[in-house]
Amino acid sequence: MARKLLMSLFVLLLIFGTAGAQEAVQDTIGPPSPAPPTNIVVVDRPNDTGHGVLVNWALSADDGGGKDNVLAYEVYRADQADGEYVFRGLSVKGTGQYEDKDDSPRINDLPNPGFLITEKTYYYKVRAMASGGVYSEYSEAGSGQPMENWFHVGKIPILIGVIIFWVLVVYFIFMARKGTDYYVRPLAGINAVDEAIGRATEMGRPILFVLGTGTAGDIATIAGFTILARVAKLTAEYQTRVLVPVNDPVMFAVAQETVRTAYLEAGRPDIYNPDNISYETAMQFPYVAAVNGIMLREKTATNFYMGVFHAESLILAETGNIAGSIQISGTDQISQLPFFIAATDYTLIGEELYAASAYLSKEPVQVGTLKAQDWAKAILMVILFIGAVLISMNVSFIKDMVTVNL
Amino acid sequence: MTTAEILWNTLAAILTLCVFSFLIKDNPLYKFTERLVAGVAAGYWTMLIYHTNFTDKVILTMQNRQLAYIIPILLGLAMWTRFSKNYSWISRYPIAFYIGISTGVSIPVYMYTSVFKQISATMVPFDLTYAGINNIIVVIAVLCALFYFFFSKEHTGTFGVISKIGIYTLMIGFGAGFGMTVMGRVALLVQRVIFLKDYFIALKNYFVA
Repeated sequence: MARKLLMSLFVLLLIFGTAGAQEAVQDTIGPPSPAPPTNIVVVDRPNDTGHGVLVNWALSADDGGGKDNVLAYEVYRADQADGEYVFRGLSVKGTGQYEDKDDSPRINDLPNPGFLITEKTYYYKVRAMASGGVYSEYSEAGSGQPMENWFHVGKIPILIGVIIFWVLVVYFIFMARKGTDYYVRPLAGINAVDEAIGRATEMGRPILFVLGTGTAGDIATIAGFTILARVAKLTAEYQTRVLVPVNDPVMFAVAQETVRTAYLEAGRPDIYNPDNISYETAMQFPYVAAVNGIMLREKTATNFYMGVFHAESLILAETGNIAGSIQISGTDQISQLPFFIAATDYTLIGEELYAASAYLSKEPVQVGTLKAQDWAKAILMVILFIGAVLISMNVSFIKDMVTVNL
Repeated sequence: MTTAEILWNTLAAILTLCVFSFLIKDNPLYKFTERLVAGVAAGYWTMLIYHTNFTDKVILTMQNRQLAYIIPILLGLAMWTRFSKNYSWISRYPIAFYIGISTGVSIPVYMYTSVFKQISATMVPFDLTYAGINNIIVVIAVLCALFYFFFSKEHTGTFGVISKIGIYTLMIGFGAGFGMTVMGRVALLVQRVIFLKDYFIALKNYFVA
């Protein structure tokens, strides 16, 4: 019995003794744990809508020094100091900051657990990760709140730019109203408007005015409405039909108002027909199919394309070309300009579309704005040239001045 | 292909050929397809807007007592006054509000994307390496193109020469853009032709099997 007891004790000692020895061996030869990061400071992420924080920490003593084995830092977040900490992301070694932002309250109609609620306190812990899957202890928790920011500091250059431009616009409008006669360069496309409407009148065919596939709020569409007003007024005087198919309900209402007002100004409200302005469909290519049909069946003598255009530009212009219409186009969409230049008779390139309004109306507000635009361009050209020369001499303060950090 | 797939693809192939028939001349088949597409798109879009705008932005917001939405709802209702001869003037207010807000919002965006970002990206160093010479060409081309867009000065003399260089620069850029997009369109055509080829092979296999 005593012998059995002694044997059992020996076996037990052997088992625990070996296990202890194995642990001791592993402690000696396994990868060592790095020191944890310290001093967790959580601050609001600046210049945002209140759904982000910046988590800062002092680097682990083994990051760049000591054992120098840190590979990255893992950041964890909880709603309460003693709550469950959930992994949020990684920062590489040598980086003492993590940006935690998420402004989507729901994903696929389900609540998004990562979403940060404005002015709610969140708690963060960070731990260092070393090679071999070894981690440091978690740091002490730090807390902070995401706050809604009313002012985006990074956009100050834009604010200054807008103010300078505004001052120029106000000054030149004031001067134009006082009677200063500013020269406006003639635009071939606009000079051709009268000729094109005259041709349609002689042929007894309607005019087609396409405002593009943008929205009523696009700058190019607004410029298109100004040109439409001029065209509609002339067509009212010549008693020629102007057809305006649109793809947006708001554009439809604005186009109707524009044409109706033009007919009133021409003294011919009696011949205004609201049915000439039609809503086709909001989808791009079905709209194009409908406009192409109008071109071919109504045999329009003149086609205007003024506004925002996308992939439909060449399809429209080529159909008009096949139909033998005179075509005048204008857009600020750089990718579509080549097609208009290739397939239409006259093209207003980019800013020429905006300038056309001033050229047609000769109103002090429009002409003054155009003059201000020219001055703004001159200032920008000087800044660009000086900036490029200085950057060649490794002086970057002008480039830094115009670089906006969003 | 299953029988259902064959039937749907037959419809797609017929409609594709109807659209291609426009290349010969306008004809009843093209007219039918054009009106079918426009009609289906108008109906689809109406239902889409009903669900995404009317249901989500009107009904649900009112059910959730999100009172700020009353303002756009009232503006939207004002658009309906267009059907009245006496009160149609009211509809000008939502239009003015919409265009005013859109323009106001777009000014800083334009200032950032079309002015600051471009100017900053064009400030590139000059030197006598290939990249440096390329940078010199870029800066000169940009400046000349900007000269072309001066509207309050006559384009004559030296100014005219510079602006002419500017428009040539623009045309080189447009030419490159044209070529690139045409390649994209040819790819779309190839895709459609492959669809027709695959359809006819599948049709043959369906009947042979």
